[in-house]
Amino acid sequence: MARNKSFSVTTLPGFTAIALTTFVLLYAPIVTMVIYSFNDSESVALWGGFSIRWYVEAWDNTQVQQATVRSLVIAVSAAFISTTVATMAALGTTRRGRFKGQTLIYVMINQPLMVPEIVTAVALLIFFASIKVATGYTGLAYLILAHSAFCVPFAYLPIRARLEGMDLALETAAADLYARPWQTFRHVTLPLMMPGIAAGAMLAFVISLDDVIITEFVKSAGQDTLPTYMLGQLRRAVTPEVNAISTALLALTVLLLTAFFILNRKRD
Amino acid sequence: MTEAAVEARSARKEYGAGDKKVRALNDVSLVINKGEFFTLLGPSGCGKTTLLRLIAGFESPTSGMILLGARDISTMAPYDRPVNTVFQSYALFPHLSVADNIGFGLAMQGTPKAQVDARVAEMLALVKLEAFSERRPQQLSGGQQQRVALARALAPEPEVLLLDEPLSALDLKLRKEMQLELKRLQSETGITFVFVTHDQEEALTMSDRIGVMRDGSILQIGGPREIYNKPVNRFVADFIGETNVLTGTVETGGVRLPTGDVIAVDNLDAAAQGSKVSLAVRPEQVRIGDGALSARVAETVYFGTDTHCHLRMSDDTEVVARMQSPPSGDTGLHEGQQVSFDFVPGAVRVLED
Ligand SMILES: Nc1ncnc2c1ncn2[C@@H]1O[C@H](COP(=O)(O)OP(=O)(O)OP(=O)(O)O)[C@@H](O)[C@H]1O
Ligand SMILES: [Mg+2]
Repeated sequence: MARNKSFSVTTLPGFTAIALTTFVLLYAPIVTMVIYSFNDSESVALWGGFSIRWYVEAWDNTQVQQATVRSLVIAVSAAFISTTVATMAALGTTRRGRFKGQTLIYVMINQPLMVPEIVTAVALLIFFASIKVATGYTGLAYLILAHSAFCVPFAYLPIRARLEGMDLALETAAADLYARPWQTFRHVTLPLMMPGIAAGAMLAFVISLDDVIITEFVKSAGQDTLPTYMLGQLRRAVTPEVNAISTALLALTVLLLTAFFILNRKRD
Repeated sequence: MTEAAVEARSARKEYGAGDKKVRALNDVSLVINKGEFFTLLGPSGCGKTTLLRLIAGFESPTSGMILLGARDISTMAPYDRPVNTVFQSYALFPHLSVADNIGFGLAMQGTPKAQVDARVAEMLALVKLEAFSERRPQQLSGGQQQRVALARALAPEPEVLLLDEPLSALDLKLRKEMQLELKRLQSETGITFVFVTHDQEEALTMSDRIGVMRDGSILQIGGPREIYNKPVNRFVADFIGETNVLTGTVETGGVRLPTGDVIAVDNLDAAAQGSKVSLAVRPEQVRIGDGALSARVAETVYFGTDTHCHLRMSDDTEVVARMQSPPSGDTGLHEGQQVSFDFVPGAVRVLED
């Protein structure tokens, strides 16, 4: 038994303890938050019995309603735009061997992952401020553009992974079978990269939905999204309403993820 | 007169540039006839796939021409060529059903759906996969995938079908079955097959004609019997089956071996008197007993239906004789025994080097 035993981290002393602590730290706060979203009391910390009153209050709160709609509009638009851009970028960077400047292109595409978000936020603030002054337009387009930009790498990575795993011989086979280049793309390349595109779009959607820093800097007056609204609430008396909204967001994310996994399983 | 289906005229293909330039095809000229089962045979890296890719249109020749019938197609896109390929890796579309894979070519050509369906049904029957039409390729065995790839390439009724080592991924038994199946399909459809393999036995059993390739050039083109019995040089002789190679000096009436014996040689016309030549003779064309040559039995090796007898002549040249094993399994030859032998008339040939 002792022979041929390969190294395994699971046998290191303290492994189980560290793993358990990590999981507790990850999940205990979330569980607490979910439980306290059903708290009947005004306080976020004191339990006053079970109730769904904070969900009702959040639901009836016009500010919350508007912020939710705004968040969804921005997230859907940003996911759509960034996924389209990322798809083109992935097609442009993977359908051939290594090329000059490949690393530079990768770094440029993934810039938002490397530059501190606060830097991007300040840069966008200044950039858009001058445009706002020049054009007088203060609508949602700024937020949609900003979100689209920083969502690109999140959409790009899964699409690129999918394309890199794709057998180029399939496209050759399509061309051999009388498919013109656009037909090959439409009937072979696109369907095969679809799982990657779906994963990319989902990631982009969730990342956009969740963004605080850039949104806070770029938004015009009265353009709160759900996260910035909640942040605003913190500055006043915090009520379990924040818990309720967070729990709803969590539920939405879990729902999306589940739908995605089920769809993916069916495909393969 | 037979009609040409495909022709290569001094087709050259170079990959890369500068120092890294590789010449994969070296001015290959070749005519493949309509309705023929033509095999390209050669060792790994000799340019077989490259030649197929030129015919299919995935690459264009660096110089020279590829013709289809009488048309120069050197620069035509693959999707415009009435040529289909069975890929070594099959390259079946994993997101499409077996039926949709087979119908792909016709669908891309804009054939009406009813017609596509009818043709797909016909092809499924031809390759005996009717029960699998709704499966995905990855739910099939290797042999079944192979047949789907074949049906997919045959469905649009190409003028020429290219097959790049289509059987190399299959086990021996399945391989034999598919060899017969391919032959059947070829005679049933009458389509010109260009088949690539590096297995000489496969080439000999399946082909109407064989082109033997080495280092980007075609060394010899001929029917299986011609290639086997009359190899032009030592490489072809060695590559296609086992062969005995002897050396000797040309004289009037034959070639004098180092042992002093003079033997008759078939194709001696070109060789100058007194010149040194290499000779080839197949093991099954060596007859032991009652011959003009003599040797000592060095070893006998039993192979089931055949027995190989290694003979050593007085100058230590070894000649292998292949004979059918007698029912008892014992040839009566034993090590050290002196025997006389000779070669079947017309069997000994001069090899170019
Ligand atoms: N895209 C390429 N770039 C550079 N060199 C190549 C390329 N494709 C093939 N070659 C070279 O050209 C030569 C012929 O290759 P080819 O694939 O035609 O050989 P093959 O006869 O099909 O061999 P195998 O039996 O191994 O498939 C080889 O030396 C190979 O390394
Ligand atoms: Mg090859």
